[in-house]
Parts: sequence; C-alpha cells; structure tokens
Amino acid sequence: MQSFMQTLVFGIFAGAIYGIAAMGLALVFGVLKILNIAHGELVMLGGYVGFWAFSTLGWDPFLSLIIVIPAIFIVGLILDRIVYRHIVRQLGEEKIKNSLLVSFGLGLVLQNLAQALFTGDERSVQVSYAGEGLNIYGVLLPWTRLATLGIVLIVTLALHFFLRKTYPGKAILATAEDYESAELAGINIGRVYMMTFALGAALAAIAGQFVTFTYSLAPSIGMTWTLKAMIVIVLAGTGSILGALPAGLLLGVVEAMAGAYLAQTYKEVAGLVIFLFVLIVRPQGLFVRK
Amino acid sequence: MPDFLNVDAINVAHGDIQALWDVSLEVGQGEIVALIGPNGAGKTTLMRAIAGLHPLKSGTVLLRDKALHALPAHRIVEQGVIMVPEGRRLFGGLTVMDNLELGAYSKRAREVRANTLELVFELFPLLAERRTQRANTMSGGQQQMLAVGRALMGVPKLLMLDEPSLGLGPLVVENIFETVRQMNQQGVTIFLVEQNARQALELAHRAYILEQGRIVGTGLGDELLRDDRVQQAYLGICPAPEE
Repeated sequence: MQSFMQTLVFGIFAGAIYGIAAMGLALVFGVLKILNIAHGELVMLGGYVGFWAFSTLGWDPFLSLIIVIPAIFIVGLILDRIVYRHIVRQLGEEKIKNSLLVSFGLGLVLQNLAQALFTGDERSVQVSYAGEGLNIYGVLLPWTRLATLGIVLIVTLALHFFLRKTYPGKAILATAEDYESAELAGINIGRVYMMTFALGAALAAIAGQFVTFTYSLAPSIGMTWTLKAMIVIVLAGTGSILGALPAGLLLGVVEAMAGAYLAQTYKEVAGLVIFLFVLIVRPQGLFVRK
Repeated sequence: MPDFLNVDAINVAHGDIQALWDVSLEVGQGEIVALIGPNGAGKTTLMRAIAGLHPLKSGTVLLRDKALHALPAHRIVEQGVIMVPEGRRLFGGLTVMDNLELGAYSKRAREVRANTLELVFELFPLLAERRTQRANTMSGGQQQMLAVGRALMGVPKLLMLDEPSLGLGPLVVENIFETVRQMNQQGVTIFLVEQNARQALELAHRAYILEQGRIVGTGLGDELLRDDRVQQAYLGICPAPEE
C-alpha cells in the first residue's frame, strides 16, 4: 500500500487535470450561461490531436500543446458559429432546455464522428521518460505529472491576468455580469461569446492532452469528463472561473483518498458524495467571494 | 425643425402584447427632451428600442441620415447614441476604473479615452478618488455618478438617461440633474425618461407625454408645467375650486 503522502500527491496531480477541464466549462457557463454538455467531447478531441501528433510526427505531448490548443480553439470558433450562437441569445427556460438538448446532441455527434474517424480503440501516449521523476523521501513525483501541474498553474495565472488586466478580458467579465450593459458600453457581445467559447474549448483540449499520457483515450470518454467538470464547478461555485483549480484539486485528493483508504470502487462515489454535501451545506460553492 | 434624432411611427411588442403604437418623436441637436408618463406606459421600452436592445415591428429610428434601427446595440453606441439604463446596471464586481474603461470600448471612444477620462474625473472628482473600489460597494448616488460617467466615456452625441433619479435622495437627484444641465451646456444632446415629472419638466426644453404606448401630448417644458391636465396627472396639483 502506498504512503499517505504519495496518495495525496497523486490526488493533486489528478486534480490539476480536473481543474483545467472544469475551468473551460466554468468560463463558458459563466459568460454564455450555457451548460455545455459537449465539453467532455472537446477534451476527447484535444486528446486525439495530441495523440496523432505523437504517433505520426513523434512529437512530445508537452510540445504538441502548441498545435492542440489552436486546433481546438478553431473547433470552438466553428462550433460557436454553427451551433451555440443560435442558442446563446435565447432567454429563460427556452435557453436552458435548448442548450442542454443541443449540446447533448452535439456531444453524441462528436463522439460518433471520433468513432468513425479514429475507431473505438483505446489509445494512449507513452513517453520515453514515463516512469522517471523525483523521489523525495520515498514520495515519487513523475516528470510528466510535475509538468502537468506546472502547466495548469501557468495557464490559470495567465487566464487570471487576461481576464482581470486586459481590455478584451474585462469585456468578457463585463458580459458575464450584465450582457445588456456590456452592449450599451459598445461591446460586441456576439464576438465575446465566440471568443469565450473557443477559449473554453482550448482549456478542454489542454486537459485532453494530459489525459493521453495520464489515462487513456477513446471516443467515449467525453461524458465522464463533462461530469467531472460539472462536479468541480459546483464545488467551486458556479460563476467562479478560477475557483475551478482549487475545487479540481480537492476532488482529485478526495477521490485518491477514497480509493486508497476505503476501496477503489468508492473512488467515483466519493466525488459525488462531496458534490451533494456541498450542494446541501454551501450551495453557493466553496470558492466564491462575498 | 429638429433634425438630429428622428423616431418615426415605431411599433414595438413584448411577445404578443404591443407596448408602443406608432410612436414618433424628435430630438434636436443641443436639446434636452424629456419623456414623462405613468408606470408601464412604455417609456423604458421606447428608450431600449432606440438603443437597439429591443427590436422594432415597424417604423424607423434615424440619427441624422443614419438608420439606427438596422444596427445592433454596440454599433448604435459607435454612432454616439448612449443609454444609461434604469437602475444603473454597473459591472458590480469590477472596479470604478474598469467600468469607466469599458464605457470607452467602442473604437471611436477608445481613441480619445485618456482625454475623456480627465473630463469625467473633473465632473465627478469622487470617481477619481475611488478608482480602485469595486462598483457594487458604493452608495446609490455614487453608483449613479459612475453610470453617467461610464456613459460619458463613450463620448455621446445623444445621451439617453432612463429614470436617473430612481431610488436616490433629493439632494443626490438635484446633483445629477445639475450635472445633466452642465453636460448639455457642453454640447451633449439629452433624452431623459423620468417619473419625477416636475424636475424633468423644469430641466427639459421640450417634453413628450407617453400613455399606454401612445404619445398623447407634447410641448415646451414650462408650458407643460402650467398645463392643467399635466398638473393633475403628473404634478399632484388639484385644480383650484371654482368660486
């Protein structure tokens, strides 16, 4: 049995991937007010771009982020133009129902498309330095996992800086707060929605790339990731975009602890239990200001 | 004849319910024009329709020769028609400075942002002191100043104010109306929706009366102040008993 510290560390590493996947979902939810059920499929597609870059070009999975991110960003732009653009301007109940139905349907389409193009085989990326890493007092810190955590932290900080300090970033926050006021300030909110959706897709793709060498990839993994990301944004508090990182880490650690000290089968259940617990005790979320 | 903003025979509906019926009005350059009327008459709807937030069923809105009704809201802002919505509607989680900067988002306003900011800080020195404060932590009066300041950052040719006195104390209202007068003297055309009819009519050069979605009267501000019907309906003055 592995040590407590080792379990904790692996929980944090897993949680970093949950965090970045959920950050994309939280961004889209917070700004477009749409729960994008197809978010997990964007994780999956990002993973495939990275997988093919590895298997055909031999690119290191961290290097291939430079094509994974723009590729899925563009997919996001296209999906906004042909699908989400039409839902985002609807109001009230109509918007809620249509966004759930359409994004669920789109998820199925993307999953079947991936099945047809890439077959249903499980894929994964095995880097040459896979087993190597630091060993600190018996706690193993693999390079791949350390790099994953590092990139997640950098991306989170970059997103924070972008949203809080740049003009287009502030326009996104303004649109999230009050889209009519944003329009009256001269902001083209259709464009804000498009860029935000593409940014959310790019964040999903980064998570997908980490999935290729941490877990394994198949066309059907999407729904699992949508659900994980949903749990994380409820923990963080809907509306908290950067809160997705600490909430993701928390979910990762809780799952790892439950897997180690209860039973491996309770791993998934543990996540749902804290999800319900937070909804009952602190429905506004754990990482919301005010 | 006013030739600045021309609203011609517009019809607007909320779903199946028609809110405005063949409404026409004009605002001349440099004027202060008020729109008064009871709750639910459609005053806010009219202003939102001009600002591009509510689609027209028919009719036209022209700014000089430019057809505003064909443009999305952010392009109308680009034309210099800027609305301060009812209830301020600030970006509450952002700072005073962020709110002001976002007010100058349109390309036309962005180019002169530094200058406009100086003017706004001259008009509202308080905003300069509080630039790093979050908007939703300010008092109602201060928020109204910020809402007007944010609109001014867009360099308006026509500034539309929807119920600027709503929920504010009499001193603050006095202050806001005085600012509106100052801005007008600096060349900004003003279109004002108000429930506070007396103050609106005292301030405005001309006014329109909107009831149940139709324009039912118009005239000079002080004319309407002396009008019996307006006095009864909007100013709370009973006619003198006949001897």
